[in-house]
Amino acid sequence: MKIKQLSHLFLKVACLAAATATVQAKPPTSEVNTTGLQVTDDTVTVGQLHSSTGTMAISETGSIQAEQLAIDQINAAGGVLGRQIKVIKEDGASDWPTFAEKAKKLLVNDKVGTVFGCWTSASRKAVLPIFEKENGMLYYPTFYEGLEQSKNVIYTGQEATQQILAGLDWIAKEKKAKTYYLVGSDYIWPRTSMKIARKHIENVLKGKVVGEEFYALGHTQFGSLINKIKLKKPDVIYAAVVGGSNVSFYKQLAAAGITGSKQTLLTISVTEDEVLGIGGENLAGFYSAMKYFQSIDTPENAAFVKAFKDKYGADSVIGDVTQAGYLGPWLWKAAVEKAGSFDIDKIAAASPDIELAAPEGPVKIHPNHHLWSKLRIGQWQKDGQAKVLYESELIEPDPFPKGYQ
Amino acid sequence: MQLFFRTLFKTRGEAIAFGAFIALILIILPITLPIFRLNLIGKYLTFGFVAIGLVLLWGRCGVLSLGQGVFFGLGGYCMAMFLKLEASDPVTTAIQSTPGIPDFMDWNQLTELPAFWEPFKSLPFTIAAIFVVPAVVAFIIGWALFKRRVGGVYFAIITQAIALILSLGIDGNQGLTGGRNGITDLRTLLGWDIRSEHAQYVLYFISCSLLFIVALGAKYIINTRLGRVLVAIRDREDRVRFSGYDVATIRAFIFAFAAMISGLGGALFVLQVGFMSPSIIGIVPSIEMVIFTAVGGRLSVLGAILGCLIVNFGKTTFSEAYPDLWLYLMGGTFIAVVMFFPNGLAGLLEKIPFRKTKLAAVAEKLRQPTSDEPETLATTPTSSTPSSNEH
Repeated sequence: MKIKQLSHLFLKVACLAAATATVQAKPPTSEVNTTGLQVTDDTVTVGQLHSSTGTMAISETGSIQAEQLAIDQINAAGGVLGRQIKVIKEDGASDWPTFAEKAKKLLVNDKVGTVFGCWTSASRKAVLPIFEKENGMLYYPTFYEGLEQSKNVIYTGQEATQQILAGLDWIAKEKKAKTYYLVGSDYIWPRTSMKIARKHIENVLKGKVVGEEFYALGHTQFGSLINKIKLKKPDVIYAAVVGGSNVSFYKQLAAAGITGSKQTLLTISVTEDEVLGIGGENLAGFYSAMKYFQSIDTPENAAFVKAFKDKYGADSVIGDVTQAGYLGPWLWKAAVEKAGSFDIDKIAAASPDIELAAPEGPVKIHPNHHLWSKLRIGQWQKDGQAKVLYESELIEPDPFPKGYQ
Repeated sequence: MQLFFRTLFKTRGEAIAFGAFIALILIILPITLPIFRLNLIGKYLTFGFVAIGLVLLWGRCGVLSLGQGVFFGLGGYCMAMFLKLEASDPVTTAIQSTPGIPDFMDWNQLTELPAFWEPFKSLPFTIAAIFVVPAVVAFIIGWALFKRRVGGVYFAIITQAIALILSLGIDGNQGLTGGRNGITDLRTLLGWDIRSEHAQYVLYFISCSLLFIVALGAKYIINTRLGRVLVAIRDREDRVRFSGYDVATIRAFIFAFAAMISGLGGALFVLQVGFMSPSIIGIVPSIEMVIFTAVGGRLSVLGAILGCLIVNFGKTTFSEAYPDLWLYLMGGTFIAVVMFFPNGLAGLLEKIPFRKTKLAAVAEKLRQPTSDEPETLATTPTSSTPSSNEH
């Protein structure tokens, strides 16, 4: 009897010890969260801030889906520091003051551990002062104009030079191009990109820019531009037209007989997402310079594409920004685990040199909080997918490029 | 004093409602809400300035402007330019090719400050500009159009076009204006950090107090002879003209006045939100401001302010709760209001008969012993209807 009781007690102690051991495998909340973020013993709450409504919703949906997929996968694999990720989703509604309002709500009211969000430069510019003042962390997925660097932002897309220089080098060499016609939508990203492109064409490639035009966002009449292009006969049309204008631009080019078989066109603003709207037949033969295409043939990308299609349907496509959005939660998880803490300052300090085997290939966070990434040239096919013709080495991010400002 | 008071409020009920609203905004909300929410209320109420302008212009004078965002924006941009210059001192902008100019100018290869930015280094000039620029622009537009007897739907379309032109103009000149990104990252006002909690409280009270002053001013206009002329112009423009009034100038004046207070609202918006962008100027926000007014009640100053508060509060609450569905909820609310209460929420309150009679009775009772004051100038000759206005 006594022995039985004793053994019972022993069992109890053993159980308790085992229980303590499992708890200790997960660091206590007081240690990993010293700044009052919304972290409990079992969960960590993060924010997601994109436009679900308004003109940008069509572009941002891919990022929303990819971030959600990454979060689901991380949760299924045990979460971050043993904590499941909970998401508070907010709608920026394609309106910059709303982005600012929601960013503040997520940081001040909800005290989220990090935010995945924004798409346009304008929305990022609207929330940046709030992230810096409230000391939040933002994972921003879009390729953008550079000229920015913040402790409170990790830029998972390319800054302008990463997307432009290697692409122009390739087209100059492959197509023996001498004359370029630059076309863009009228806001800071195309303006900055074209400035960098022009300097590179004139100073490095010794080519000539025969025309440079910018059109208001939403512009749909490109007749006069097409006439000018026919007159100047540039070797390359270099395009950064975005949003709804894209569809009109390429359809009108095709209608005017400027097609991939007769004209070289390199764009930095068309991904698989845009092709859905423009139609593969209107783009066939034109080139895009991106870091990611859905057709990249690696095991990491195959697994990503399959998981994405399983979740969102076989018809869904994955563009450059969607993939960059997918990196956000994974890079945050890596930073938190490297820092052993959810504290923003510690994540920011731990982020440089984190590496990840991403669908686009290996990436690494630079001390300037941008990613080292490759540049690829894809040629669009009728089915809306790109054939990857060229792949650069990893390019160092340089948001403040000397000689290009 | 009492005379002045009666010019402002037709019934005691109106005065009580106004007092209750002031108490709600200045006492109850600051006590109960955290600063983040209070700051949002402050932001909603800056649209109240536009709504008051629309009550005068649209509700009273019958001129629908779909471009009030322009004037809100002009006031806002004046304020933002001053704050941006202060935030762009050579030390904080040392990383730029040309330190000391706003960051977006540097990105657009500007090497010196454009001339029209220079005066905005001065706060007195900026404050003057916040009032004068929208008023002058509106007066010129209004005078040119009203003199040619452009009115009704044509005026609405032209104001909408102006909103589009201005937002495109700002978009297209990003070196000078910040373009689509707007003017962001505003920090201090004469060294005072406008982003701090303390500053947000102070700005909230300043903004709301100014709103009440403007609201009282608008009520004063409504209940004086000018207010009656406005209604007359709305209802029978030709008769007013034949009676010798200069209809065009009166309309242009009220348009300029509405623009001026909208500009003040824009400036207070920038101080509380911390940036300015063309997305607050264009067609959609301009129409939204009309919706705020319509929901609250375009005839009532208090109703219009409440409309701004309710619609924006609904926007925030719905979109936080249902990020994918909230637009449908908002749309449904607008349709319901227009279908069931064409005079807005304020009109709904007036329809409740019990309220009207009871308040009227109370007002009557309270008034009788105090009406020993000579009733000479309190009423104007035009107030012939016994039910309305002062007895």
